[in-house]
Amino acid sequence: MREKEMRIRRIEHGTVIDHITGGQALNVLHILGISGSTKAVVSVAMNVQSGVLKTKDIVKVEDRELKQEEVDRISLIAPEATINIIRDFKVIEKHTVDLPEIIEGVVKCANPNCISNTDEPVISKFTVYKNPLELRCIYCDHVISEGIAGQLI
Amino acid sequence: MMLEHIISMRDFSRDEIDIILEKAIVLEPVARGGKSTLLSGKILATLFFEPSTRTRLSFDTAMKRLGGEVIDFGALEASSVVKGESLADTIRVIGGYADAIVLRHPREGAARMAAEYSNVPIINAGDGAGHHPTQTLLDLYTIMRESSLSGLRIALVGDLKYGRTVHSLAYALSLYHADMTLVSPQQLKMPDVIKKDLEKQGANVRETTRLDDVIGDIDVLYVTRIQRERFPDPAEYLKVSGSYRVTEELLKKANENLKIMHPLPRVDEIDHAVDRTGFARYFEQSFYGVPVRMAVLAMAMGVE
Ligand SMILES: [Zn+2]
Repeated sequence: MREKEMRIRRIEHGTVIDHITGGQALNVLHILGISGSTKAVVSVAMNVQSGVLKTKDIVKVEDRELKQEEVDRISLIAPEATINIIRDFKVIEKHTVDLPEIIEGVVKCANPNCISNTDEPVISKFTVYKNPLELRCIYCDHVISEGIAGQLI
Repeated sequence: MMLEHIISMRDFSRDEIDIILEKAIVLEPVARGGKSTLLSGKILATLFFEPSTRTRLSFDTAMKRLGGEVIDFGALEASSVVKGESLADTIRVIGGYADAIVLRHPREGAARMAAEYSNVPIINAGDGAGHHPTQTLLDLYTIMRESSLSGLRIALVGDLKYGRTVHSLAYALSLYHADMTLVSPQQLKMPDVIKKDLEKQGANVRETTRLDDVIGDIDVLYVTRIQRERFPDPAEYLKVSGSYRVTEELLKKANENLKIMHPLPRVDEIDHAVDRTGFARYFEQSFYGVPVRMAVLAMAMGVE
């Protein structure tokens, strides 16, 4: 176990997002707005063995403590994720992600005729329903229940 | 009650719907030609980005019967001047002229977005395949006036897959715990998403492909058009549409108090012979759009 964790080095300050659904790490970075032009030091481990048959991804973002509302959005694609806030190499806060009631500007409506898919000054907005996860477009009422990762803006 | 915007039936509680329907009852004599100055001095803008003459005339009539004025783009401007300007900008400009805006737009969700930019109430008169709440309100009003909303047994017939009118009506009827039977050909069944939503509201919904199965057990038959475009094979279309045609023969099995509704225009899904029977209520239904829109306009403009 120790060895597996060492795949990515420990960080002094920042945020570790663990237990990301295997293969979703890059989408998580995308949702968090972390791209190639971000200054932060970011490490990513993908498809790490977790349990007997499962794999997970891990993302570590240095020198940045992610806020709850930032991380909640990743629950759309990684509902099991845990967030660890690190200071001086110690976990000072640990929490799970919780689906927000409304998500804005993260997912694109799958209805091509929706007003949110035009040049109008409008930001996509969805009401979030849990168990099972469904997103209902505030504008056109279209429901997205699967393939959410594919609809990320 | 002051209505802010009228975008989707999903925004309304049953109590709010009832208040609108009761207001419409009060205004019905005005719709029948009585005089009113309820909205005198008020201006309504009707912004139709796609044609729907009947809906526009119905709003015009409602506003004028209440003593108000109506402005619109005029035929030419809708296609030229407004093109290139965003809907958001158009709404902000027209909101400066009018006390309320009736909007029809080809994009789903256009009315919801317009409401975000408008400082006057937006009344959605149809957004693409999306909502058309005043149609649903007038359907409910018709049921209330011609039959009864409590203990209602209703069959929704025809294109239940694409027809937004029936989706919205079915949703509203679920608030009244109506007993609903969905009658459609296999290819045009109501989508699962909508059905699940109705069940979430506690609606009692059954499905059948045969009109014969239900005709004797219902109070209202709500007929919609089955469009030719939905069938690649013309022979298939004729066969299917023929089996849902409402005829005097079919109505022999009907409950004597049955009322037949149709959002109009119809093609041939209801035989003209049926018009002369006591079952037919579709022309009344069309008329009821006026008192219902009067109620909506008066409430949107804050006039009691
Ligand atoms: Zn949409």
